[in-house]
Amino acid sequence: MAWTRDQMAARAAQELRDGFYVNLGIGIPTLVSNHIPPGMTVQLQSENGMLGMGPFPYEGEEDADLINAGKQTVTELPTTSFFSSAESFAMIRGGHIDLSILGAMQVAENGDLANWMIPGKMVKGMGGAMDLVAGVPRVVVVMEHTAKGKPKLLKECTLPLTGTHVVDLLITDLGVFEIDKKGGGGVTLVELGEGATLEQIAESTEASYSVAAGL
Amino acid sequence: MANKVYPDATSALDGLLNDNMILMSGGFGLCGIPEALIEAVAHSGVKGLTVVSNNAGVDGIGLGVMLETRQIAKMVSSYVGENKLFAKQFLDGDLTVEFNPQGTLAERIRAGGAGIPAFFTKTGVGTLVAEGKEVREFDGEPYVLERGIVADLAIVHAWKGDTEGNLIYRKTARNFNPMMATAGKATVAEVEHLVEPGELEPDQIMTPGIYVDRIIHHPAPSKHIEQRTTRPRA
Repeated sequence: MAWTRDQMAARAAQELRDGFYVNLGIGIPTLVSNHIPPGMTVQLQSENGMLGMGPFPYEGEEDADLINAGKQTVTELPTTSFFSSAESFAMIRGGHIDLSILGAMQVAENGDLANWMIPGKMVKGMGGAMDLVAGVPRVVVVMEHTAKGKPKLLKECTLPLTGTHVVDLLITDLGVFEIDKKGGGGVTLVELGEGATLEQIAESTEASYSVAAGL
Repeated sequence: MANKVYPDATSALDGLLNDNMILMSGGFGLCGIPEALIEAVAHSGVKGLTVVSNNAGVDGIGLGVMLETRQIAKMVSSYVGENKLFAKQFLDGDLTVEFNPQGTLAERIRAGGAGIPAFFTKTGVGTLVAEGKEVREFDGEPYVLERGIVADLAIVHAWKGDTEGNLIYRKTARNFNPMMATAGKATVAEVEHLVEPGELEPDQIMTPGIYVDRIIHHPAPSKHIEQRTTRPRA
C-alpha cells in the first residue's frame, strides 16, 4: 500500500502557507493546486512570465497568448501580472518565490537533485529547473519512491545533476523525508504514506536515513 | 525621414541575412513567436544558423520549418522536447544543441542587450552547465560566470506597435521577446496591430522603439495551441 499521486499532491499542499508565492512543476506538482486549503491565498508563478495563474479555461475560451510553463492554456485572476522571461527569472533567482515543488528522477541524501537528463537518451533540456532549485529558498520534491523497482533516494545521484544541496523535503508514495541540505544532518523519515511500512521503505531506499521518533 | 515600416517579412529581412549568423527568435513554445519572419528566413535559404530561442518549435510550425530545410546548425535553448525532426537531426549529428537553464538564457540575452559581457549566477553550479566556466565565491557561496549574448539579428513578435517601433506585448506572449529586441545588432518586429505614433499610451510601452530597426504588420498570426486544456462548465 502507498499514497496515490493525488494523495502525494495533497501532502505537498500541506507545505503551502497563506500568502506564499509558489512555482509548481509539471506532473504530480501541478495537482497540488487542486488541494490549496480553503481560505488560504497562494499565488502561483508560471516561469514563462505570469504570476497569479488561474484554472484551465472553459472550452471555447482558450487564448493562445495565455499559457503556463507546460504550454497548457490557463486563465487570469484579478491578481494576475504578466512579465518577461528575464523578470520571471529575476524573481526566481532573486529568492522572491517562497516555495518550489517539482518532480525528480533521483534525490541524494545530501539534497542533490537530478531531474533533467538520462545519458544516451534524447535530452529535452532543463527548462527552468536549475534556476528554480538554485534560487528558491525552499524546494520540495514529489516523486515515486522507486523507478522500475530501483531506488530513487540514493547515497549519491548517478544521473547528471540539476542542483547540489537543494532539496529540503521529499514526498514519495511511501513517505515524507526531511533533508538537511546545507547542515549535513542527512535524511530523516518523518511520516509514512498510507499503508506503507518501515520495512517497505528500508527495502526500497539506498540512502541512509534516520527515522523520526514515534514512527 | 527614416522609415522603419516594411511591407512584408521578406523585404524587412533584405540585407540582414548571412550564412552562419547568430539569429535570436522570440517566443515560448509556439506562444509569441514571430511566425511571418521565421517563414521568411526559411524561404531565404540562409544556412548554418546558430539560433537562440527557448524552444525549437514543433514539427512544421515555428522554428520547426527551419529544421525541415536544414538551415539550423546549432540551437541555444533551454527545452527542445516537442519536435521529432529535431530529435532525429540531433541524434544523427546534423545539429548541435547548447542547453542553457531558462533563467540563464533570459539573463544572457538581457545582459547582451545592455552591454554587459558576463555575469555570475548560482544557477547550474555543480552541474554540467558549469563545466569549463569560472566559478567564484561571493559571500561564501559559489557562482558560475555566464556570458551575455548579442545576435546578428533578432526577430520578435508583439501585439501592438507603432511606426516608430514602440512595442506592447499581450499576456504570456511577451516571454523572451523584450530582451531579444534589445540584443540584436539588427532587430525586426512583427506586430498584429500597427498604429500611428500617439496611438499607444507611452506609459504602456514595453519595448521603446530605439531597439527596433524594422517593423512589419502581420495582422492574423496562426497562434497554435500546443496543449489545449479546459475545464467543464459548472
